[in-house]
Amino acid sequence: MTDSLIIAGRKFRSRLILGSGKYASFELMVKALQASGTDMVTVAVRRVNLTDRATESLLDHIDTKKYHILPNTAGCYSADEAVRTAMLAREVLDNNWIKLEVIGDEKTLFPDNQGLLEATRELVKEGFVVLPYFNDDLIVARRLIDAGAAAVMPLAAPIGSGLGIQNLTNLKILREQIQEVPLIVDAGVGTASDAALAMELGVDGVLMNTGIAGASDPVAMAEAMNLAVRAGRLACLAGRIPRKLYASASSPVTGAIE
Amino acid sequence: MTVIVNGNQTVITEGSAIGELIKSLDLNPELVAVELNRRIIRRADWDSTTISEGDRVEIVHFVGGGEAM
Repeated sequence: MTDSLIIAGRKFRSRLILGSGKYASFELMVKALQASGTDMVTVAVRRVNLTDRATESLLDHIDTKKYHILPNTAGCYSADEAVRTAMLAREVLDNNWIKLEVIGDEKTLFPDNQGLLEATRELVKEGFVVLPYFNDDLIVARRLIDAGAAAVMPLAAPIGSGLGIQNLTNLKILREQIQEVPLIVDAGVGTASDAALAMELGVDGVLMNTGIAGASDPVAMAEAMNLAVRAGRLACLAGRIPRKLYASASSPVTGAIE
Repeated sequence: MTVIVNGNQTVITEGSAIGELIKSLDLNPELVAVELNRRIIRRADWDSTTISEGDRVEIVHFVGGGEAM
């Protein structure tokens, strides 16, 4: 397919972005990444564990020539913390992309929109390509875009919940109203049909982690998500038929035997 | 002298530079980022930046993660 996802001028073949957390092993993660067809992987920033040196580094396992690394500020609860984390992340691979999270509540992991805006402004000023995770609010999306976000990434349901698309109407409105930057569903996808549905709504991409890493067979689910994202995208571009209440025969009504 | 590395009290040689600390910890310099007293030290400056008694050093790397953990 020549239909690629473009964020901040960078082209991606796949419209699926994967998280790298919660896998039972690095080996399983690598296989899932391959099966998913993705070319962008998000990673978290944490202290090196200096007491347990047995832990290998994630980047020993991810081919950074094959995958664009998208560091994230997962687990940050303030704009300051998120900005600090982003600045550190930039140093590791000299990569100025950041998936920005400023979490406002531990139970729901809903974003703190005010902190998010503050951090977006600061990081854009610092030269970052900022991809914020936010709730599905149109006004917040517009403010993030005004602040310089390179894409906006609404949740479809709480992070890690696997509830699927719980906000169809808001996502449809966002799709209609947001044309300036890519719109990427981030969080909530539980199975392949959720990903297909999101893509059929016309969003530009889907980011997921738990839906794949938490499946009984992550590699098979990664392949399912790969197909679902592509199927949903194709269906969206193909243009679905209008919904009608009553039947409409698909065979000719003339020439039937009497 | 004693410094705080990733929250733990650590004894290192007097006048050590960041680069020496990374080397002594056997870390791959290409895969980590460093803060000294909350100020980021770029890789190019590791060898010219010395650590003083009581300084706080943070050494981070990438780990598996997608969303808020």
